[in-house]
Amino acid sequence: MLAEPKMRGCTARIQRLREISVHGCQPSISMERAVLLTEAYQKYEGAVSTPVLRGLAFKHIMKHRTLYIEKGALVIGEKGDRPWAAPTFPELCCHSMQDFENMNNRDKVFFKVSDEDRRIQKDVIIPYWKDRALMTKMNHFLPDAWQKLFDAGLYTEFLQQRGPGHTVADGKVYQKGYLDFKADIQREIDALDFNQDVDALTKKDELEGMKLVCDGMLIFGERYAAQARALAAEETDPQWRQELLDLATVCDVVPAHAPQTFRQAIQMYWFTHIGVTVEMNNWDAYSPGKLDQHLEPFYKQDIAAGRLTRDEAKELLENLWIQFNNQPAPPKVGITLKESATYTDFCNIQTGALRPDGTTGVSEVSYLILEVMDEMKLLQPSSNVQISKKSPEHFLRTALKVSRKGWGQPAIYNSDAIIQELLNLGKTMADARESGICSGCVEVGTAGKEAYVLTGYLNIPKVLELVLNRGYDHYSNQQVGIDVGDPTQFASYDELFAAFEKELKYVVDVKIAGNNMIERLYMQEMPVPLLSVITDDCIKRAVDYNAGGARYNTSYIQCVGVATITDSLAALKQNVFEAQNFTMAEIIAACHADFKGYDQIFEIVFNQTPKYGNDDDYADQLLHTVDVTLQKTIAGRQTPKGSKTVVEFLPTTCHVYFGEVMEASPNGRHAGVPLPDGISPEKGADRLGPTAVIRSCSKLDQLQTGGALLNQKFTPAVVAGEAGISNMAHLVRAYFAMDGHHIQFNVVDRKTLLDAQQHPKDYEDLIVRVAGYSDYFNNLGRDLQDEIINRTEQSFA
Amino acid sequence: MDAPYVFNIQKFSTHDGPGIRTTIFFKGCPLHCDWCHNPESQRFEPEKMLDKDQHEQIMGRQYSIDELVRIMQADQIFYDQSGGGVTFSGGEVLAQNRVYVSELARRLQEIGISVAIDTCGAVPWSQFEAVLPYSDIFLYDLKFIDSQLHERYTGAPNILVLENLKRLSAAGAAIYLRLILLEGLNTTDEMLQRLQDWLQQEGIQLQEIDLLPYHDFGRDKYAQLGRVCTQHFKRPSDDQIAMIQQRLTATHANVQVGG
Repeated sequence: MLAEPKMRGCTARIQRLREISVHGCQPSISMERAVLLTEAYQKYEGAVSTPVLRGLAFKHIMKHRTLYIEKGALVIGEKGDRPWAAPTFPELCCHSMQDFENMNNRDKVFFKVSDEDRRIQKDVIIPYWKDRALMTKMNHFLPDAWQKLFDAGLYTEFLQQRGPGHTVADGKVYQKGYLDFKADIQREIDALDFNQDVDALTKKDELEGMKLVCDGMLIFGERYAAQARALAAEETDPQWRQELLDLATVCDVVPAHAPQTFRQAIQMYWFTHIGVTVEMNNWDAYSPGKLDQHLEPFYKQDIAAGRLTRDEAKELLENLWIQFNNQPAPPKVGITLKESATYTDFCNIQTGALRPDGTTGVSEVSYLILEVMDEMKLLQPSSNVQISKKSPEHFLRTALKVSRKGWGQPAIYNSDAIIQELLNLGKTMADARESGICSGCVEVGTAGKEAYVLTGYLNIPKVLELVLNRGYDHYSNQQVGIDVGDPTQFASYDELFAAFEKELKYVVDVKIAGNNMIERLYMQEMPVPLLSVITDDCIKRAVDYNAGGARYNTSYIQCVGVATITDSLAALKQNVFEAQNFTMAEIIAACHADFKGYDQIFEIVFNQTPKYGNDDDYADQLLHTVDVTLQKTIAGRQTPKGSKTVVEFLPTTCHVYFGEVMEASPNGRHAGVPLPDGISPEKGADRLGPTAVIRSCSKLDQLQTGGALLNQKFTPAVVAGEAGISNMAHLVRAYFAMDGHHIQFNVVDRKTLLDAQQHPKDYEDLIVRVAGYSDYFNNLGRDLQDEIINRTEQSFA
Repeated sequence: MDAPYVFNIQKFSTHDGPGIRTTIFFKGCPLHCDWCHNPESQRFEPEKMLDKDQHEQIMGRQYSIDELVRIMQADQIFYDQSGGGVTFSGGEVLAQNRVYVSELARRLQEIGISVAIDTCGAVPWSQFEAVLPYSDIFLYDLKFIDSQLHERYTGAPNILVLENLKRLSAAGAAIYLRLILLEGLNTTDEMLQRLQDWLQQEGIQLQEIDLLPYHDFGRDKYAQLGRVCTQHFKRPSDDQIAMIQQRLTATHANVQVGG
């Protein structure tokens, strides 16, 4: 095996910038945004409409914020006042002084807080935002029943500390500048009819807010150009002086105008990215999506004109990668931290996707991006490939050669399934092809045309735990669910399942009622005019992104633990109701006791009961019934802004938290042990290898969902050589032929991971795939590390 | 019809023929090779074996042909994608009930699943004839070109093995010749030369030669079966394996290390 290169990057410049990004910065809080936001609110709140207030606040921030330029940088722009400095969003979540201490002191995913930061938080931020923050307001109106289920870990809530977002750009910022957007908005304002249209004034307010954020973007570019020129005037190093002048020239064009060159196109995206993520902590990321397709025309044209070489293009892309890596996700606290314990901001680049005309989008830029991803080896951006039946085999194999290096990128998505899922969700074929992407994780959406909001994880196996305990929760020690009857009196499996459905409906009803209240709050108080400018059809409808202005609106509920619920139902069905190996009372007692003293029962449920992941129809059929019930109970509900609820199967890191809050499960999963991630089988349950896992997963009707995640872990030996690549490619092709949505590979042996746990210092560069993203192994909490070690390591016979 | 005993069904088998395969391991073998890494494959009847947790398992169960076809069919999409199929292995599949084995192969062929036969060759030719119409590939083990050594280490001379290989080649079968490499025993210049001379002289047509260096991963299984492991063989060095590969490549186009 080749030794890990000391410095990564195609030029000395990139090596230096990457070194700064990876080793030269400390994650810290940046108070600047919060302070500027507060100034603007103090000045304008009450005097103007909410969209205008948000627009003015954004403009104020962009006008006064620090502009950071690192020496040698070809792409500029940071979210905070410097790399790795994370702004806070007190309008969403006003951190307490204790939160600040926790962020500063925790081992993993920490953010350093200075004394000055503490003073500002205490004297300026808390007094103003404590009661205004949306999270505070939510806590006032969310009912007791909601809080109880939340505390018991039945679900999480995404929008407490983060706004809706987690969305993806389409191609429009490569065709228009913010002056053009501003003109589009002005045309809509001019066309408002205050006689006929009773909503005209509301619309005007929305559009004025959108115009103001365009001004903010224009100011941002102008200030960067001016600053680069000012620095150049004083610079003694002639090369850097010239480069500063070049930077200024780029900023003269973008973001005001449409980009004309490859370099300007990259900078245009990046300015937009910074704008969107400074406007709102939009859970979390904003993503470039089909970057290869967006950049391809600029690349071809510049190469043909002789003003760009392949190597220069690569250097620019690598610099963009470093910019992504410089932006940690905004600090999270409490349960939100548990469900998403990572610095990763879930920016996602999908390479090789289909073109709007339905042909394969693999181009030279796609291969360039694979090279950049491989060479940069950074957590961010998350780099994935889309594979369709039309994708050249060479592209799949090239992607797999990067993937088998074992740090989880690229993950592989099925273009053909994405298109079908989107059509099923009511998108047009044209939109599905042009913009069919997955966002930061695995959920599908139409880039630049849809608000697809993750609203929270749902702990499915815990619903069964409530059934077995008549609604009583042993984690929070109180009654949180409804009493659906004495389980020891259930006469048949059907009675048990009916009780499960009833409890599930209760939990989902409470969750969705909460979602609706929260969504209404965002509609009224938290417009995002910049995201609206770049999302169809918010300008045309003069409705904000957060209020239903997007062409499509979707509310996801992410179901976790499908394997655990399936195997648990199989254990009860076979052993209590069919073979009568033990009674319901006995298995409930065994679960309470974590199977201590119940060796016989454990042996039966763990080793002698059909399990999901083995292509066993007994278990897989139960998964099907659970899936049907989830769809029936959750999907298709109308929300206040006109969204529809959709089921998906994605865990991030929430499977760890959900496992923590649970007793032992009837399938032999021990108390507190993480649930399996996505639709992966329960750990240790799949014993027949990857083809059986893939077959089981494909029995789930994935095309009806918004995405499902499958993690497969292999040892390095099994994917070695061309034969190993062929094996991986065949698995991918077969899974996708069966409409599988997503598959990712971890290629690290168990021994390596155990050693990394013992000697973290020796493994600073070890990146593993967690769920929809990769993270440094050292960044993960001990329990998540254990969880990854314990995931079944498939080996080739 | 008496169904043979099967001691393992291995899905996602990638070293027993081309592509992704499912391998059926039949129980019982006419040879008793001292280096055998699957000692539970040797006897024809079921036997007790301890697993890693010291739980007693019964090795060997019978399947109806329908049952096996159903299990094999489950992974057909993987065979289709990869050019794989099903491999009958053992033990020795051709030492099993001929009617059963050929019917199983026929049924698989009928639904478009390619069958490979993994054999030691030490069986009557009629056994080959029974499966020949339904099998696409033969993975053919040749342990020793020298009959005395063959007999010393496997319990039987190689006359039948060589004879069947000639007939199989003459019948036009696709043959993957599999050579276990036992340091100092069948890897000497003399033995390799004799092997090459024989293959050439008899005009044996091979698709591929697979070199299978000896390993001792099967050692623990002897204890789990309550037997004593007397293995004292050595794996050739990587350099030596590379030299053997190079040497054979002079006379044969496709020489691979590993199955």
